Amino acid sequence: MRITKRLVLAISAAALAFSMGAAHAEDALKLTIASEGAYPPFNNLTPDGKLEGFDIDIGNALCVEMKAECTWVSQDWDGMIPALQAGKFDAVIASMSITPERLEKVDFSKKYYNTPPAIAVPKDSDIKDITPESLKGKTLGVQGSTSHSNYAQAKYSGSDIKMYPTSDEYKLDISNGRIDAVMDDVVVLGQWLDSDAGSCCKLLGTITPDPAIHGPGAGVTVKKGNTALADKFTAAIAAIRANGKYKEINDKYFKIDVYGGED
Amino acid sequence: MTESFINARPATVLRPPAPPKKWTRGRVVGHLLVGLWIALLIGLLVYLYSAWNPELIAKYGPTYLAGLKTTIGLVGSSILLGALISIPVALGRMSKNRIASSIAYAYVYFFRGTPLIAQVFLFYYGLGSFKPQLEAVGLWTFFREAWYCALLAFALNTAAYQAEILRGAVRSVSLGQWEGAASLGISKFVTFWKVILPQALIVALRPYGNEIILMIKGSAIVALITVYDLMGYTRLAYSRTFDFQAYLWAAIIYLILVEIIRHIWDWLERRITRHLIR
Repeated sequence: MRITKRLVLAISAAALAFSMGAAHAEDALKLTIASEGAYPPFNNLTPDGKLEGFDIDIGNALCVEMKAECTWVSQDWDGMIPALQAGKFDAVIASMSITPERLEKVDFSKKYYNTPPAIAVPKDSDIKDITPESLKGKTLGVQGSTSHSNYAQAKYSGSDIKMYPTSDEYKLDISNGRIDAVMDDVVVLGQWLDSDAGSCCKLLGTITPDPAIHGPGAGVTVKKGNTALADKFTAAIAAIRANGKYKEINDKYFKIDVYGGED
Repeated sequence: MTESFINARPATVLRPPAPPKKWTRGRVVGHLLVGLWIALLIGLLVYLYSAWNPELIAKYGPTYLAGLKTTIGLVGSSILLGALISIPVALGRMSKNRIASSIAYAYVYFFRGTPLIAQVFLFYYGLGSFKPQLEAVGLWTFFREAWYCALLAFALNTAAYQAEILRGAVRSVSLGQWEGAASLGISKFVTFWKVILPQALIVALRPYGNEIILMIKGSAIVALITVYDLMGYTRLAYSRTFDFQAYLWAAIIYLILVEIIRHIWDWLERRITRHLIR
């Protein structure tokens, strides 16, 4: 009898705590945001498994601006959009380019940065420039399922295109001498080339982005139809651009302004 | 008279009538479960019919075919190469020589005890960092290509399993067969080749079929080292369309592939066990 009473008491206490928690949740916007964690300097995993990088800092600044409570999760690149569609998280801040192909399946905020793609080659390479003719018959490494891999397949059809799961693997393979060139974002390549790991290679040149493939830059990705959240992010991006927070984060990582031109 | 009496048989053989089948609980559950499976199958077919998109099929169909070719080529070559490697390993496992048997034991221990994906990565990225040494011995042209690295890793992996299948099968043939052959003055090699192996292969047939099926499905990881097989092209198609029927089609193709192997194996088993049927 006493046990039953205690049980009832415990359950009602738990229910009370739960209802208070639920009431609290309505006050602040709670968001779960995903990033990849294998695309330094934009997003990366610390040795103890936490996300860090430009995307994460920008995301946190946007959350402060939106007065939202944000929690981060890391997610494999290939599964990013399916998991977003399935509602595993509310938004993706992972340097995802706003491409026409993706816009059919998800919605984006306006861009939060836009940097051009580039090609890097080993230091002793005989490849002269970034034109598809110069790379004819050469092996070109890219990260699969990205706008870069789509661009490589569309424009560099004369090259043997190798697709890697993350940027880490193509970096390993070009320093091993398995592939002749790699294509990715200029900032990603630049950071790697400046490090010891990238000492094998040099930047060959940047590519003028193709709007039909690369889109206007990287934006915050939300579920299709959730334009309310996308608009909130767009407004927050404009706000941190205006109040100097963006510049502060930008300067922590880069020498140039990665935002690109105003659109 | 006795003869005609024996031959006098009734024109038809009378059997007792079959007892009426009762609707036991097991039978009801069985019918319900089969019904559920049929409903799922119909659901799948209806979904595939409604989701049929000629544009997608035209765009990604050829890549699936190319991927299927890669899968079949890679698995086929690695199974054959593995079968060759497995013979000395199996002999080593059965050998009385301590050195030979411990080398074979260590080989099987390593390749059965570690994940296939780890072995593929070790061969591709691990050996990739020994480029100068490999170049010096002239092996770099082999290890430069992802396909050859995958082939080697798969072949060595399946060889470990096939060696164990072979060893178990040979051990399953009774010692009396060896002794009988010896008493007839047949040499050990001929005994193995003509007496033991034909009997062992009957035992080994099913496990071999399982191993091929496991390799077909295990090979789906190979896109991680840039060899685009059926699964690799499936993931690529999915990442561009975000339509999960991409995976459904891959599952159906793998299923058909496994079903073909299964039927070939049924046929093989009927063929080589004819003498056992009474």
